[in-house]
Amino acid sequence: MARVTELNVNGTLHAFDVDADATLLSVLRDQLDLTGTKYGCGEGQCAACTVLIDGNPRHSCQIRVGAVGKHRITTIEGLEKNGELHPVQQAFIDVDAMQCAYCTSGMILGAVAMLKIQPNPTEAQIADYMNGHICRCGVYQRIKEAVHLAATRMNGNA
Amino acid sequence: MMAADQKTALAIEPERYELRGLPMHFFAMDRRSFMKAMGGGIAILAVAKDALALQESGRRIGMEEKMPREINAWLHIAPDGGVTVYTGKVEIGQNIRTSLAQTVADELHVSLASIQMVMGDTQLTPFDMGTFGSRTTPQMGTQLRSVAWAARSVLVDLAARKWSVDAGQLVAENGTVSDRSGSRSITYGELAQGQALAQMMPAEDPVTPAPEWKIAGQPVHKIGARDFVTGRHKYTPDLKLPGMLCGKILRPSAFGATLASVDLSAAKAMPGVIAVRDGDFVGVAAPDELTAERALAAIKAQWNTTPQSSSKELFDFLKKNAEEDPAEENRYRQTKGSMSDGLAAASHRLEATYTVAYIAHCPLEPRAALADWKDGKMMVWTGTQRPFAVRDEVAQALHLSNDNTRVIVPDTGSAYGGKHTGECAVEAARLAQAAGKPVHLLWTREEEFTWAYFRPAGVIEIKSGVDANGKLTAWEFHNYNSGAAAIATMYEAPNQLIEFHPVNAPLRQGSYRSLAACANHFARESHMDELAHAAGVDPLEFRMNNLQDERLRAVYQAAAEKFGWQERKKAPGHGFGIAGGIDKGGHVAAFAEVAIDGATREVRIERVVEAWDCGAIVNPDGLKNTISGAITMGIGGALYEAIEFDNGRILNPHFAQYRVARFKDEPKIEVVLIDRKDQPSFGAGETPIVGLAPAVANAIFDATGLRIRSMPMLQDGKLPKQA
Ligand code: FES
Ligand code: FES
Repeated sequence: MARVTELNVNGTLHAFDVDADATLLSVLRDQLDLTGTKYGCGEGQCAACTVLIDGNPRHSCQIRVGAVGKHRITTIEGLEKNGELHPVQQAFIDVDAMQCAYCTSGMILGAVAMLKIQPNPTEAQIADYMNGHICRCGVYQRIKEAVHLAATRMNGNA
Repeated sequence: MMAADQKTALAIEPERYELRGLPMHFFAMDRRSFMKAMGGGIAILAVAKDALALQESGRRIGMEEKMPREINAWLHIAPDGGVTVYTGKVEIGQNIRTSLAQTVADELHVSLASIQMVMGDTQLTPFDMGTFGSRTTPQMGTQLRSVAWAARSVLVDLAARKWSVDAGQLVAENGTVSDRSGSRSITYGELAQGQALAQMMPAEDPVTPAPEWKIAGQPVHKIGARDFVTGRHKYTPDLKLPGMLCGKILRPSAFGATLASVDLSAAKAMPGVIAVRDGDFVGVAAPDELTAERALAAIKAQWNTTPQSSSKELFDFLKKNAEEDPAEENRYRQTKGSMSDGLAAASHRLEATYTVAYIAHCPLEPRAALADWKDGKMMVWTGTQRPFAVRDEVAQALHLSNDNTRVIVPDTGSAYGGKHTGECAVEAARLAQAAGKPVHLLWTREEEFTWAYFRPAGVIEIKSGVDANGKLTAWEFHNYNSGAAAIATMYEAPNQLIEFHPVNAPLRQGSYRSLAACANHFARESHMDELAHAAGVDPLEFRMNNLQDERLRAVYQAAAEKFGWQERKKAPGHGFGIAGGIDKGGHVAAFAEVAIDGATREVRIERVVEAWDCGAIVNPDGLKNTISGAITMGIGGALYEAIEFDNGRILNPHFAQYRVARFKDEPKIEVVLIDRKDQPSFGAGETPIVGLAPAVANAIFDATGLRIRSMPMLQDGKLPKQA
């Protein structure tokens, strides 16, 4: 069976030895203890497991670790830089855009990816882009507000 | 596991089921050993008080007597000044870690940051029946306020004695007691030094009235938010122990199936894998997830099954399988006046049947548990609303004593009434015992959809009459299976017959956010709308004509104003609807606008205004969050969600086949809070969900003339051509 022995996560090359068939999600969580990436469905339907691969949001539950190769992975743990939160993380706190917060990691990474390609999204664009993310607690409205706040701050308007 | 007797035990109205767990007396310890265990300082203990009538649905009379007068929570002030609150309640996204801390900080006169909440740990916190029924705020919140008040007076008394002055000369502020003259001061921690004081809270409630609250009543963000946005918070699925194995359970081929034969040899032959069979239970544990999945797939099993019913015939089934002689505590029947007189006096009479499908809770964190078996002791971390009941379940299943079993609940990825039972904990514990190593078990989404329990489906029949003045003359209401929560009407009707009919239900069913209040409000408020139209009266006016409850009238008025009900103007394809209700101390009115695409028959909820009153508000920001969340969650049950089943199998156990509300489904939501500082505080985790579905159904009628009497209202995401 094919094995995978390293992965570039959050700017660091991590060494381990796993079956190439394991999901990226399970490797992040179980091998690297990066448990901020959540299992919500294992079916590509909820986006709780979202990570960025070369900056693009992906469902890590749907990716075999053998397929990742040298691509750069960013997880929720990799957003904070030198003790400073990413503006999207900060906005989620400031708007209190969470209840149980189980969806939060995926939401934040999804929003980070969206703001890269769409720095000034309308409400409808956010809803459209983020529609694959389930928040069963129903915090969507606040999440949209948080994304707006982050966008405003990132564009230097606040 | 799903033994037949357990299935029947669960197939009853959930409120009773929830309360079956036998209370355990927490204090085997005397006060001295207790204080020693606490490391000295000052502890004030909360005791259950009969006066705190619980606000479960009306029929829970008698519950108070069963609640032992014993310790419910306590507050400890350590010699280093740390304030710790111990409560068996759990945090599942409803934000009580924050709101309870606010309440204590407010009454103890310390900063919010100085308070630590220890929650849901059967070893560290006193017995608690569970976190459900919106009881945390009215019950635990009230008690903790009393406890904090008592602690503050103890501290002031200690300082008075120390300085030999009258306590009236002293004030307690910011964790410090000082002389009003400003001449001297001493911190709470200094006062706690050398003390070993354990005291019961006072019998009366000498608490600060809501208008004087400083920290409570303020908008406060979720405590520990930074841990959540950085992924640092450890939910049960995120916990690890050295040498931990990953567990998987072999699920029966259908509900109620029994194991005919099983061959574990291939699984057992895999390196590092253990496989267990115990009765109908079969599970594996392996060093990693992939190996566990492969081991599970290698097991060959034969199951004996029995034919079972299907969701296609669900509502017939419920009507036909009503229990003939339900147990006394399962009954609800209330009459007033005479239905035949009432109907005779009516100028409009109406009869209609409403149905509610089975739905699933779908907490985004599926059930999970980590079990550690060491030296004859079992420790289980799991996301549950009832840590003590799950502790009992685990102990019983494994024939352990409760003392040797401990359950700890990390702050959990939500529950909505869906995590009252301990299957996952029991399964992980059984595997851990067999493996002699810690075992971690995380249910798959499919397992969560299939092997948890469901919100009860129901059939509701209403017969009613209204006179020429638009006054209700008769109201007859029969609920089959879904439950009796909020079954009584809040409208004035001189002649009534209201009855709940328990059913031998086809699926395992249990609690759900607001219980049957959702179904009962859907039927009642839809029917009120039908009556209003039959009588030719505006739906709001019709309700007001028949309503005396001041607080419900006030939320209707507040919502109507915000919504612009009087001035409303319909665009083509749009419609407006309203609904209101009362349950568990909450008063709610929901106004909705829908838009229907004539070509695709898709329904969009454009706007929802909800006015809410649950007494004095503890955390307005958290409350708004909870209310709009409940509205959003309610969209799923109103429009899309239905569990389909056939012959003991769930046919749609995936999010791809079971539509929950997503970003694009969310309307513009406006919440109007009525802060009744003259009223006790009640919870808001549940009742805000009850108005949405009927308001939407009524709006669909307004838009199309089509009366939908079923939840969910849509079929395959589309409005049916006929009801
Ligand atoms: S866990 Fe990957 S999409 Fe749900
Ligand atoms: S906050 Fe609970 S799922 Fe989003």
